[in-house]
Amino acid sequence: MYLKLKEKYRYSIVLLRELVITDFKLRYKGSFLGYVWTLLRPLALFAILYVVFVYFLKIGASIPHYAVYLLLGIVLWNYFTEVTMNGVSAIVGKGDLLRKLHFPRYVVVVSGSFSALINLTINLIVVGFFMLLSGTPFTLNALWLLPLTIELFIFALSIAFLLSALYVKFRDINYIWEVVLQAGFYATPILYPISLVIGRSPLIAKIMLLNPVAQIIQDARYHVVTSQTVTTLGAVRHWYAYAIPFAIIAIFCVVSVWYFKKRSPKFAEEI
Amino acid sequence: MSKEIAIIVDGVSKDFRLPHEKIDSVKSLFVNPFNKNRKKFEIQRALHDISFKIPKGEFFGIVGRNGSGKSTLLKIIAGIYQPNEGTVSTNGRLVPFIELGVGFNPELTGRENVYLNGALMGFSGKEIDGKYKAIVEFAELERFMDQRLKNYSSGMQVRLAFSTATLLADSDILLIDEVLAVGDADFQRKCFAYFKDLKRKGKTVVFVSHDMGAIREYCDRAVLIEKNEIVFSGTAEETAREYTRLFLPDVYSAQQNEENQKKHNEDKVRNKGKWGAGGISISKVTTEKGVFNQQKDKYILISYTVTPDKRDYEDELMLGIAIKDGAGRVVCGTNSKIAQFDKKIAITNKTKKITATWKVPNIFSEGEYSVEPAVDSVTRGELLEWWDDAIRFRVINEQNTPYVVSPAMSLTISLS
Repeated sequence: MYLKLKEKYRYSIVLLRELVITDFKLRYKGSFLGYVWTLLRPLALFAILYVVFVYFLKIGASIPHYAVYLLLGIVLWNYFTEVTMNGVSAIVGKGDLLRKLHFPRYVVVVSGSFSALINLTINLIVVGFFMLLSGTPFTLNALWLLPLTIELFIFALSIAFLLSALYVKFRDINYIWEVVLQAGFYATPILYPISLVIGRSPLIAKIMLLNPVAQIIQDARYHVVTSQTVTTLGAVRHWYAYAIPFAIIAIFCVVSVWYFKKRSPKFAEEI
Repeated sequence: MSKEIAIIVDGVSKDFRLPHEKIDSVKSLFVNPFNKNRKKFEIQRALHDISFKIPKGEFFGIVGRNGSGKSTLLKIIAGIYQPNEGTVSTNGRLVPFIELGVGFNPELTGRENVYLNGALMGFSGKEIDGKYKAIVEFAELERFMDQRLKNYSSGMQVRLAFSTATLLADSDILLIDEVLAVGDADFQRKCFAYFKDLKRKGKTVVFVSHDMGAIREYCDRAVLIEKNEIVFSGTAEETAREYTRLFLPDVYSAQQNEENQKKHNEDKVRNKGKWGAGGISISKVTTEKGVFNQQKDKYILISYTVTPDKRDYEDELMLGIAIKDGAGRVVCGTNSKIAQFDKKIAITNKTKKITATWKVPNIFSEGEYSVEPAVDSVTRGELLEWWDDAIRFRVINEQNTPYVVSPAMSLTISLS
């Protein structure tokens, strides 16, 4: 039994490694600049955002190092988007493989989230580069990014599991999820500082900050960029300020894994 | 599980649910949640109460016609499908070798594809490193490994896929679907040599096929599946014989073959596929029947008529014939000179027609054959008429082999 478990575990790791590497290799295959794009894309995006939000809109004038503040939020949100969108099509997209090979089904979902993790790492390096340029001081507090990334990883992966399994049966999940992500992007204080919302309705701001992604982004900004921002704890000032986002993540995690496990033996027949 | 048993299939049944209207959009779930029709689905039975044991080191065949459920059974053994009832237990490392080149990506290079394919079969990069050279040599693709797969010819792709699959010699149990037995003759030879090697190494192999020649040649035992159940199990030889008994003299299909042949041959009256210098024409190509049983019909008689196009045509002729198999290979052929027909075949102004009848020993493997009659002019040394695919006939053979011909061979032994 122990040997069998070990064997199963080994297979998953071998497969996961190769799928992530392949995915990375394939991403820019055939493009002239190749891997350079992994750096060029976030750089170009950041340049645009910088011009629009710092020079023209001047929304974040009250926040020090607003450009970096904005970039960090976008990078984390993009990671969340990438993992969940990869997740939707993970199982169906690999249908051909699933029908011909027996392998642990969760591997294809996890591999998508690792590919996104590589991107996140590259993007965070670019953010660090911007920090240097704009003179944002580095502190040891930036290490908080590690547990926060893990939290985001778990949350995004849980949703990816749920969506990938649902998509096998309901093929409009991808459109629905696109809309949810659009709404989520504006319901999360990414482009605008949360202080704008607090000014109008402190209650709505509090509710917004109970969203795990908002909590993670605000905490990351607080620790990495500037303490002049409102974190979930800062806004709600109660123990449940952290209990609720964590509870949401835990619920998603349990439900998703349960549903995925229940459905996965049938994937090969239903795709 | 006993150490000597590799696979136990115990009471396996499988049904597929085929919904009449698939609930594949959220809309159909919401629009009419109380519609009773929504839940209607058809249950299609794929397998019913299948049980067998395969000892270690055995070549085990699963035979049956298309749609009998044999591939579903293989997928259940591989763990791709879950049975509705019953269990499958395996003992040893199993690699589901259902199809060659699973996961091959045209955008990746040959080398990258080898590693990806290997990983899908459960082999780590390190394990593949050690065998990489052997794989490339076996595939004879040394110069192409850093090119992308999309620039490979299909033959090269198959070679690479097969060579990568040879990695599997490391696993204990192999599952092989008949799709493996495709490709050109050279490739098949390599495949079969590889299977023989597996057998020598004592691997357990489950082999799905409807090619009785292959089953006879490689398998020790086999089960015959028909209409989702095991209808026969025994040695490979017995099972192959049972298969032949059940399905080959199938009166209906033989009749249908006759009819198909008749129809084809009627079409041919319109003289399609004829070419040559002309002057004479070939017509009325016939065989005594459409389907020949190799064990009963020792000879196949093929006749055709040669008539001069003009009245005053004079010539000395050489008559020929070629027989091609379903793949278009010429199986055999001859002409009146080679066959040492010692009279002159001359057309004078008195000749109305010449009727030629060839008596061909029935050495054919099972399958469909086409006949191509030809007439040459001896005096002018040119081809007067050749008729491609003039008529077809079918051979069924209870002693069929995977080779070009399967003549009935008998064996005598003297012991001393």
